[in-house]
Amino acid sequence: MSADALAPVAGPQPDSTGHFGRFGGRFVPEALVAALDELDGAWRTAMADESFRAEFGALLRDYAGTPSLLYEARRFSAKVGARVLLKREDLNHTGAHKVRNVLGQALLTKRMGKTRVIAETGAGQHGVATATAAALFDLECVVYMGQVDTERQALNVARMRMLGATVVPVTNGSRTLKDAMNEAMRDWVANVDQTHYLIGTAAGPHPFPAMVRDFVRGIGDEARQQCLDLTGELPDAVTACVGGGSNALGIFHAFVGDEAVRLYGFEAGGDGLATGRHAASITGGSTGVLHGTRTFVLQDADGQTLESHSISAGLDYPGVGPEHAWLHDTGRASYLPVTDDEAMAAFELLCRTEGIIPAIESAHALAGTVALAPKLAAELGREPTIVVNLSGRGDKDVHTAGDYFGILDKER
Amino acid sequence: MSRIGVAFDKARADGRALLVGCMPAGFPTVEGSIAAMTAMVEAGVDVIEVEIPYSDPVMDGPVIQRASDIALAGGVRTADTMRIIEAVAATGAPVVTMTYWNPVERYGVDVFARDLASAGGTGLITPDLIPDEADEWLAASDAHGLDRTFLVSPSSTDARLSMTVQHCRGFVYATAVMGVTGARARTSDAAPTLVSRARAVTDLPIGVGLGVGTGAQAGTVAGYADGVIVGSALVRCVLDAPTEADGLAALRTLSAELAEGVRNPTR
Ligand SMILES: Cc1ncc(COP(=O)(O)O)c(C=O)c1O
Repeated sequence: MSADALAPVAGPQPDSTGHFGRFGGRFVPEALVAALDELDGAWRTAMADESFRAEFGALLRDYAGTPSLLYEARRFSAKVGARVLLKREDLNHTGAHKVRNVLGQALLTKRMGKTRVIAETGAGQHGVATATAAALFDLECVVYMGQVDTERQALNVARMRMLGATVVPVTNGSRTLKDAMNEAMRDWVANVDQTHYLIGTAAGPHPFPAMVRDFVRGIGDEARQQCLDLTGELPDAVTACVGGGSNALGIFHAFVGDEAVRLYGFEAGGDGLATGRHAASITGGSTGVLHGTRTFVLQDADGQTLESHSISAGLDYPGVGPEHAWLHDTGRASYLPVTDDEAMAAFELLCRTEGIIPAIESAHALAGTVALAPKLAAELGREPTIVVNLSGRGDKDVHTAGDYFGILDKER
Repeated sequence: MSRIGVAFDKARADGRALLVGCMPAGFPTVEGSIAAMTAMVEAGVDVIEVEIPYSDPVMDGPVIQRASDIALAGGVRTADTMRIIEAVAATGAPVVTMTYWNPVERYGVDVFARDLASAGGTGLITPDLIPDEADEWLAASDAHGLDRTFLVSPSSTDARLSMTVQHCRGFVYATAVMGVTGARARTSDAAPTLVSRARAVTDLPIGVGLGVGTGAQAGTVAGYADGVIVGSALVRCVLDAPTEADGLAALRTLSAELAEGVRNPTR
């Protein structure tokens, strides 16, 4: 299946300049346009090239360990009141769906003849995945990470350095993911000839949103077939967490044409939308331009970006990919916030019922599913089948979760 | 012809380049920024570029970032910027505004253009808005008689260069280096080439920015460009000064040095 992970399928596409309805596009310095055009061309050529598809497919299979399993979580299902099928992206090499995107872009970097990759990272997952691909492909790698995040994710900083990457703590602005992205953009403007900016999610200027979506859309292609094989039917709903939006688009894309399949994206509701301390750009933000694209943004009355808040570093971003903004506009997908507490309750439930420690990001998808199941059951008059994208594993979150649950042995 | 166009023509007739000095609105305070910009005009800066501070300024280096952060932390609003523009325009110097796109979109593109025009602003420099995405701004700037300055870059293809200058009015902004704002020890070799490529496709005056910090550098750039745009070096005068009075004194000294530079083009 992964051998033709880039084979064309029907599904929503942006216009030729990257607009999804009124969203998307390119809001960038002119200095970057040539590089974006080059990337767009390289991506389209690669997509049409059998040998690129075969190489990407082989890497996904032999290196990343995909197709990932679709696992029926029986004990979790019993607690939730739905037949829950988990798409086990947590089992991929480096522990999340992100490896798919990174391998695709690293291959493209080679094809473009560039020798250096830069990346932004929040939790460090995308940084680790980028450093991994850079090691594999012998590329120089620089990762920008907000200083607040380098402190709360010290282990991932060490991982990146072990893999040979340079980690640059970003000390300006709010010193988190959005500032890391600003700094990566500045680096890119200055070094664009030799450097590819390996954006970690389906956001940013065209062609990134559509390109990243295509690199990760194997998740949904696999899950759709696996669900048919397992149950003989399509699921009633597909759910995922939404930070920038890559894992959600990755699993949604194959199902967008299946009108009976409901699509749910769960955003980080932090302390609750009413508190203003959240990262829910669609459900708690407004239309704006951030990091090169028009989308939903957390912003004040003057269009200054607001700081986002979430227990999950990977969802702690004040924007979202433009395709999600558009799926929201058209009503094809539904977006709902999940609070830190709801996510952590679902985190614990999965640990205790299935022996799987999820990433806190993915726990948002689980919590949303817990809330969705009874509503869907009532509506359908039967037990619903729900495919949940378990986008990553929780190893990186052990400290945060341990702190949250108060189970760290402080004496030692 | 726009007011900026007239100023460029006059400078050209005098055999010199126009000096454009940039300062973030509301830095260090609203009143402080008016005082700084007024001092710049008095010391010989021809055109003031008022930058609207923005939380995520991806084209700016550390100096302007810090100044913008200080302005935002002080609570400056877009409406304050309009007031600042009005006060500085009262000195008689043309005032052009530089802004990232989101604050304009949030204010409302047409309302923004209307208020900018009535405050006496001549137009906008838009570092992250390319003509491809600018339909609303093209319409609003036409409706309110404002200039449009889009950026051209050493990496722009010939096709993009001519498309971009066709959408400009007032003057064209050539980014001299591939990189963000910030004074540099050397200005770039790419700039003269870019300027001559632009001249081949437009009669509009061409300003060169990014990296100029001394009178000598201003003279070098004046040798091939119509306008010399200086930002970080001026901002630093205020940023590094122990008191506001020291900052204004340093600003006057540097402005005068730069004004001297643009009058002595090295050809
Ligand atoms: C496991 C996991 N899931 C989800 C996300 C959120 O990103 P996206 O919305 O692009 O999938 C992250 C980001 O770091 C992640 O590590």
